[in-house]
Amino acid sequence: MKELHYDVLIIGAGAGGLAAAVEVSKHDTSCALVERESHLGGILVQCIHNGFGLEEFKEELTGPEFADRQVQQVLASNVDVYTDTTVTQLDADGDLKEAYCFSPAYGVLKITAHAVILAMGCRERNRGNIRTPGTRPAGVYTAGLAQRLVNIEGYIPGKDVVIVGSGDIGLIMARRMTWVGAKVHAVIEIQPYPSGLTRNIVQCLNDFDIPLYLSHVVSRIEGKDRIEKVRVCPLANGIPDEDNSFDIPCDTLLLSVGLVPENELSKEAGVQINPQTNGALVDATMMTSVDGVFSCGNVLHVHDLADWVAEEARRTGRYAVAYLRDERPKRQIRIKAGANVRYINPTMLDPDNPDKLYFRSLIVKNQAKLHLKLDHNPVKEVKISHVQPSEMLHVKVKPKDVASWNIMKDSVLEVSVE
Amino acid sequence: MASTDKPAARVDVAIIGAGLSGSCIARQLSAYEIDTVLLEKECDVSMGVSRANSGIVHGGFHHNLKYLKSKLEIRGNLMYDRLQRELDFPFKRCGILVVALNEEEMKHIDHLYTQGLENGAIGIEMCSRERMFELEPKLNSDCVGGLHAPGGGVLEPYRFVFSVIESAQKNGVEVLTNFAVERAERSNGHYRIHAADGRTVEARYVVNAAGLFADSVSRIFGAEEFKVTPRKGEYYLLDRATEAGPQRVLFPVPTKVSKGMLVIPTVEGTVLIGPTAEEIEDKEDLSTNAEQLGQILDQARKMVPKVSQTDVITAFSGLRPAVGDGDFYIDISKKAPNFIQVAGIQSPGLTAAPAIGEYVKDLLKKAGCKLSEKADWDPFISKLPRIRDLSPYEADELVSDNPGYANVVCRCEKISEAEIVEAIRRGHTTLDVVKYFTRAGMGRCQAGFCSYKVFKLLMRETGMSYKDIRKRGAGTEVLQDAL
Ligand SMILES: Cc1cc2nc3c(=O)[nH]c(=O)nc-3n(C[C@H](O)[C@H](O)[C@H](O)COP(=O)(O)OP(=O)(O)OC[C@H]3O[C@@H](n4cnc5c(N)ncnc54)[C@H](O)[C@@H]3O)c2cc1C
Ligand SMILES: Cc1cc2nc3c(=O)[nH]c(=O)nc-3n(C[C@H](O)[C@H](O)[C@H](O)COP(=O)(O)OP(=O)(O)OC[C@H]3O[C@@H](n4cnc5c(N)ncnc54)[C@H](O)[C@@H]3O)c2cc1C
Repeated sequence: MKELHYDVLIIGAGAGGLAAAVEVSKHDTSCALVERESHLGGILVQCIHNGFGLEEFKEELTGPEFADRQVQQVLASNVDVYTDTTVTQLDADGDLKEAYCFSPAYGVLKITAHAVILAMGCRERNRGNIRTPGTRPAGVYTAGLAQRLVNIEGYIPGKDVVIVGSGDIGLIMARRMTWVGAKVHAVIEIQPYPSGLTRNIVQCLNDFDIPLYLSHVVSRIEGKDRIEKVRVCPLANGIPDEDNSFDIPCDTLLLSVGLVPENELSKEAGVQINPQTNGALVDATMMTSVDGVFSCGNVLHVHDLADWVAEEARRTGRYAVAYLRDERPKRQIRIKAGANVRYINPTMLDPDNPDKLYFRSLIVKNQAKLHLKLDHNPVKEVKISHVQPSEMLHVKVKPKDVASWNIMKDSVLEVSVE
Repeated sequence: MASTDKPAARVDVAIIGAGLSGSCIARQLSAYEIDTVLLEKECDVSMGVSRANSGIVHGGFHHNLKYLKSKLEIRGNLMYDRLQRELDFPFKRCGILVVALNEEEMKHIDHLYTQGLENGAIGIEMCSRERMFELEPKLNSDCVGGLHAPGGGVLEPYRFVFSVIESAQKNGVEVLTNFAVERAERSNGHYRIHAADGRTVEARYVVNAAGLFADSVSRIFGAEEFKVTPRKGEYYLLDRATEAGPQRVLFPVPTKVSKGMLVIPTVEGTVLIGPTAEEIEDKEDLSTNAEQLGQILDQARKMVPKVSQTDVITAFSGLRPAVGDGDFYIDISKKAPNFIQVAGIQSPGLTAAPAIGEYVKDLLKKAGCKLSEKADWDPFISKLPRIRDLSPYEADELVSDNPGYANVVCRCEKISEAEIVEAIRRGHTTLDVVKYFTRAGMGRCQAGFCSYKVFKLLMRETGMSYKDIRKRGAGTEVLQDAL
C-alpha cells in the first residue's frame, strides 16, 4: 500500500474544501485535497443557474463558474489534488491522523497528516426519511439527483412532474424541468411558508404559473410500474385533512425535502455531533471534539450560499495552520442558542480573536432583533430586517465589542432573536 | 438474469417459480443425472415472496411438530452452516430472543420453551429478566423474562437465492426468466408448457413452486383447486447508525395469527422492524400504508424504546402466500399426474427452503422419477470479493488485478465498481436486482448518489440505451428522454 504524508489533509473538494485548500497552501504548509468524484467543485458543478459569487468574487456567477475560479486557485497552488479518490476510513486518535483512500489510479492509499479538515458536504433526504406511503414505482427522485441527471448527464427523468418541498433546490428544479419541456404541476410544501428564497419563488414558480401548495403534504404515491399520481392532502392545524385531499396525476416526483450533513466518516473517527445541525460540534477555531480534526461547509451545517461556505472554510484553513504551529486560543467561552434560535455555529468564542457566528432562527419575523447576552447581561443588539428558519443569518463579533465585556472562566454568551 | 433464450426442448423436471423454494429444489436436483429447467415469469429470480421478508432462519420453537412446516423448519435450520460454506452468502447465527413484557406473556414463553424442547431446537433456554438484559441491554425495562434460541439467525433472502441459483446453474440446471407459464397440455407422458411469450418447454415432471400464484398454476395443470390468500407484511428499514440495533432478533410473544412485529439486526448491519399482518385481495399490491406503518414504530418501541422514526431509511412490504390451515402444502398431486405441489410456503419458508429441496426430491423419487447421483456434482461456487469485508491492505491487493475494486460507487454501503460490474456480467441488468445482488443503493441515501453511476455502468457493460434502464421489468424505465 502506498503511503503519503502531508501537514494537512482535506476531505472533499466542494466550495468548502477548495477554499480551505487555497488558504492552507498560502502558509507554506503541505496539503492533500482528496475528492471522490472525477471533478472538483462538489455540488456546485450541477448548479448551472446563477446566484453565486456576489460576496466571494463580487460578481454574479453560475455554480460551475464559481467552482472554476476556486479550482484555478487550487491548481496554481502547491496543493496535491487526488480526484476519483474516496476516503473510507479515518483514524484520528493520535497526533498523526491516518486516512485510507480508495483510488483506481493508486490502489488503496494511506495518507497521514497532522491536521484534517472535513469538507464532505451533505446528502439529500429521501422518500424513506419522510416516510411517504404508497407503491414503490419508478419515477421518484431526489431533486438533486434529477438536477445531476438533467444538467450533467443530459437525461430527462420525466415529463409530468410534481415537486415535494419548496427549498431552493426544488424551486430551481421546477424552472429547470419546465425549460427542458416538462410540465410541472405543483410544488407541495408542508410548512405554511415557502422554504426557499423569495427571489426563487418569483423567478422559478410565479413566472411559470406553477402552483405552490403551502401547508400540504403528499400522503400517498400510486402507480405499479411507473408513478401515476400522488395524493395531496392539506394540513388543518398541522393534522392531515384526508377528506379534502386530491390527486395530481404525474409520471415523476421530485423530492426536495432537506439535506443532511454526511458525517459517517466523522462519527467513526470519534467526532461529536451536534443534534441540532447533524454536523460536528466545533470550537472557536472550527476544531471538532477530536484534536486536530476540523470541519466546515455543508458537512458542518447546511448552508444556503456557497459564498458563506467559502468564507467559513477559509477561516477553517487558517485555524488548521495555526493548530500546526501550536497557536491555540488562550481561552474560549461557550455560546448558547437562546430564545428562537435553532442553532449557532461555532459553539465557542475566543474572546481574544472573536469572529463571525452563523445561526438560524426558529421564527418568521420582519424587523427582528438579535440579542447577545453575556451571563444574562445584554452586550450587543443587531437589527435584522427579516428572519425565517430557512435563511441562515450571521453576526460578526468584533474585538471592540468584546473589549468592554466582563469575561469569566465559565462565562456563557447567549444568542437570541425577537 | 442470464437466461438461455433457446427453450430447453424436453427435460425431466420443470420447476415453476424461482423463489427460495424453486431454487433450492433446483439445486437439489442438480446433484442427479436428470435435466432440470427452472421457469420464472419475472425478469430475474427472487422477485416474488422471496424478495421481501424478515430474513430470519427461525429457531424451531414457534410451531408444533404435527405441522410439516415445523419439521422442515428444524431440518432446514440445521442445513444452513454447510450451505454457507458452499455458497458464500452472508449468514449469521445471531440467535433469537422472545421478549415477555408481563407475567401473562411469561406463561406463553413456558409453552414455547416446551415446544422448542420437543422439536429438538438446539440450545434453547428460558431466561430470567436478568439474563434477558445480559443478552440484550437495549430491551425495554418492562421485560420480565423470555426465551433464547441461539440457533436462530439472519440472512438476506435474495442474496441466498442468487447463490443457490448460481450453484444450480453451474451443475447444469437451465433457468428461463420472463417465462410466465400460461397454459399446459399433456400427451405421451409429457407436459407441454407454454409461456405468455410463445416459448414452450416439455417436461415429464412438473413442480409447482409459484408462491402467490401457485393456485393459478395448479389450475393450469388441472391439479387441485385451492386458494392462495395474500397476507401483507409491511416493514421499516433503519439506518445502520441507529442506536436501536439489538444483538439478536427480538420477537414479541406471538399471537394466534402471526409471530408479531420484530426488531431484526440484519446480516448486513441495518435494522429491520415489522412486519404487520393484513389480509388483502390483490396479489400484486405491495404498497405501504400510513396506518400500518404507524403500528410498526409503536410495536417495535415496546421492545426497544430507542427505535426512532428519524432512523427510517425506507419502507416496503411483502405478501405471505397463505393456503388453508396455514401449513405448507407439499405433496404429489392426486389429480394431475407427475405434478408436485409446493404451495402455501409462508413463514418459515426461508428457514425450511433447503429442506423443502430435499423433501421434494424424495417426492419426485416416490412419483417414479429416476434419480442417480452425479459423480461430478460440485456444491461450491466461487467467492466474490466485497471491499466492505476487507481490510484496506487486503483491498489493495485486489486492485492490482482490477482497479474497479478501488472505485467506490455506493458510498453508503461501500460497494465498488468491480462488484457492480460482476453483477451485471452475471446478467443482472435492472437497477433493483443490481441493488439486491450488490447492495449498491441499499443504504441511507437510497441510491440518491450512486444511481446515475449505476446507469452508466449498465450502459457501458451491456451497450443498452438509457431508454432501457429499468428499475424492474417492462414499464419501469427510469429515464424518458435525453437533451
Ligand atoms: C442542489 C443545490 C443547489 C444550490 N444552489 C445554490 C445557489 O443557487 N446559490 C448558492 O450560493 N448556493 C447554493 N447551494 C449551496 C452551496 O452551493 C453549497 O452549500 C456549497 O457548494 C457546499 O459546498 P461544500 O464544499 O460544503 O459541499 P459539496 O459541494 O457537497 O462538496 C463536498 C465534496 O466532498 C466530496 N466527498 C464527500 N465525502 C468524501 C469522501 N469520503 N472522500 C472523498 N471525497 C468526499 C464530495 O464528492 C463533494 O465533492 C446549493 C446547494 C445544493 C445542494
Ligand atoms: C412478510 C413476510 C415475512 C417472512 N419472514 C420469514 C422469515 O423471517 N423466515 C422464514 O423462514 N420465512 C419467512 N417468510 C416466508 C418466506 O419468505 C417464504 O416462505 C418464501 O419466500 C417462499 O418462497 P417461494 O419460492 O415458495 O415463493 P416465491 O418467492 O414467491 O417464488 C415463487 C415464484 O414463482 C413465480 N411465478 C409465479 N407464477 C408463475 C408463472 N405462472 N410462471 C412462472 N413463474 C411464476 C413468481 O414470480 C415467483 O418468483 C416470510 C414471508 C413474508 C411475506
